[in-house]
Amino acid sequence: MKADPGFYDYWPYQDRPKIRWPDGKKLAFWVAPNIEFYELNPPENPHRKAWPQPYPAIQGYGIRDYGNRVGHQRQMDLLDKYGVRGSISLSTALCEHHPEIIQMCKERDWEFFSHGIYNTRYTYGLSEQQERDMIRDSMETIYRHTNQHCAGYLAPALSHSELTLDLFAEVGTEMFGNNAGFYTCDLFHDDQPTPIKLRSDKRFVSIPYSLEMNDTIAYVVNKVEPRRYGQMLKDNFDRLYQEGEESGTIMCIPTHNYQVACPHRMKAFEEALDYITSHPDVWVTTGREIADYYREHYYDAALADISAKLGANK
Amino acid sequence: MTDKVMDPNSPLHYPLRQYGMDHDLYNWSMLSNRAKVQWPNNKPLAVWVNINLEFFPLNQKGVPFKVPGGMTMPYPDLRHYSLRDYGNRVGLFRILKALDKFDITPTFAVNTELALRTPYLVQLLKSRGNEVLCHGWNMDSLHHGKMDRADESELISRSVNQLRDLTDQAITGWLSPARNQSQNTLVLLAENGIHYCADWVNDDMPYRFKQDGLWAMPLSTELEDFYILGNNLHSEASYVEQINDACDFLLQEAAAQGGRILTLNIHPWLLGQPHRIQYFEQILSRLSQQPIWSASASDILQAFAVQQATVTA
Repeated sequence: MKADPGFYDYWPYQDRPKIRWPDGKKLAFWVAPNIEFYELNPPENPHRKAWPQPYPAIQGYGIRDYGNRVGHQRQMDLLDKYGVRGSISLSTALCEHHPEIIQMCKERDWEFFSHGIYNTRYTYGLSEQQERDMIRDSMETIYRHTNQHCAGYLAPALSHSELTLDLFAEVGTEMFGNNAGFYTCDLFHDDQPTPIKLRSDKRFVSIPYSLEMNDTIAYVVNKVEPRRYGQMLKDNFDRLYQEGEESGTIMCIPTHNYQVACPHRMKAFEEALDYITSHPDVWVTTGREIADYYREHYYDAALADISAKLGANK
Repeated sequence: MTDKVMDPNSPLHYPLRQYGMDHDLYNWSMLSNRAKVQWPNNKPLAVWVNINLEFFPLNQKGVPFKVPGGMTMPYPDLRHYSLRDYGNRVGLFRILKALDKFDITPTFAVNTELALRTPYLVQLLKSRGNEVLCHGWNMDSLHHGKMDRADESELISRSVNQLRDLTDQAITGWLSPARNQSQNTLVLLAENGIHYCADWVNDDMPYRFKQDGLWAMPLSTELEDFYILGNNLHSEASYVEQINDACDFLLQEAAAQGGRILTLNIHPWLLGQPHRIQYFEQILSRLSQQPIWSASASDILQAFAVQQATVTA
């Protein structure tokens, strides 16, 4: 085990090379709906329990199923209304279980990125080869059902190994070349994209995905009231938009159809979407488009700046 | 990967990775793809107010887990025992007064052991004539996956039949304590003449289980008083706001997609407190001014089921 995962060097927020998003926009805004499948009876993983109750744990399973049966259409209607294409963190087995949902997202040109096979299958305990096979399976499944070359990764249930990011980047390159498998949502160290150091030296970036703005973290872990969550989203936006005057920022709302699309939470979410998208200098986009643009225009400057600042510290 | 022969012991083995659900309990179906439903008098929103009347034994076994709201202290946990009892002695009467003032129809989910222990309450329910559904034996008699089928069969049959005898009602509805089930619960409920069960939280409308004759009724946990106030520790004002926002949203959705149901799951030991009852009254007052159909769970299900029969025929 390591004291530091070694993905990035210390790089202070101030005095970085200035970012400007396409058309001079100040803030890149993206919404990442997690479209997940949880198994009712997954195999036991000795490192983490899927459900607190003995099989069948119908409460936890049921509310997640609600997300697919009821919530998905609601969130999609809202994102349509405000012109947002979702960037889906996908339990890729959902392509087999619920192809109707995949079809609706394809019709809207939403992005699909890998969130593993099932959200009840953890990375813990997998061998390197098994994790590589699981990641490849997820990217193959996305390709087979959507024709997309998966660009991003969020490990299933945020369960990682030390090699997760390396394996994702390597499998992406093996399958589709360097324009697949090039960004991760697994790290929360920054409000701007950052180059990530991997054993393959691939141009790979971390894209801010925000744990704090994640509806499940807000509603389930932090037990936030719905209207307060809406206010948090607006406050988060206000500050990042203001800082975007200096250098481009990113705001992400990671969502779950079983949280944000419950009837008592839709109003707060809609008010925030309405507020954010009503500002002129917002680039409403997807995770992949942000990562692409950054790799093309700012990645090299960032590397040079990081290395210069590290040198200055020595 | 699915076309390869996998070692069944591999963590990458996915035997149920296929169209639909990963079990045989009900079919996969998106709410937005279903036929529109119409409630009586063209009301867009049916309202089911479910009042829980519960008995939490002091000598709680907690198998296979401690029921939420149950005893948490070393025996004898008098604070929680007596505060739960408060709901049946005091809180209920504030709740009833509020419901009657705004002419909202309740359905009562009753632990059968409570009915046995409180003939006064049984008489009260009988004289009111509201629907009673079976909420299991008591709050410590959990239905769960490690339970022997014969034991569960006896538990369900005892709970349902004794409640029928005590109330003189058909008792066709079921709500498990802690809303927990075993893999046999649905079959056993159907065997005991239950028509609907409200344990599952995966839909906002009723749907059929594959188990013949058994329906799922929605009953939102997310909007429950105990969940919002007791688990999430939100303010009473926020509780009211959440119900109002849910009501407004469902009315809006109903205008486009057909009848919807707002479900309020209420615990008199919590919401019937002197400092909380006014917030329940605020909710009922606003609800009573909306285009709602206030009805019992059975009446809502019946109105729904009749239309499904028409659609499938």
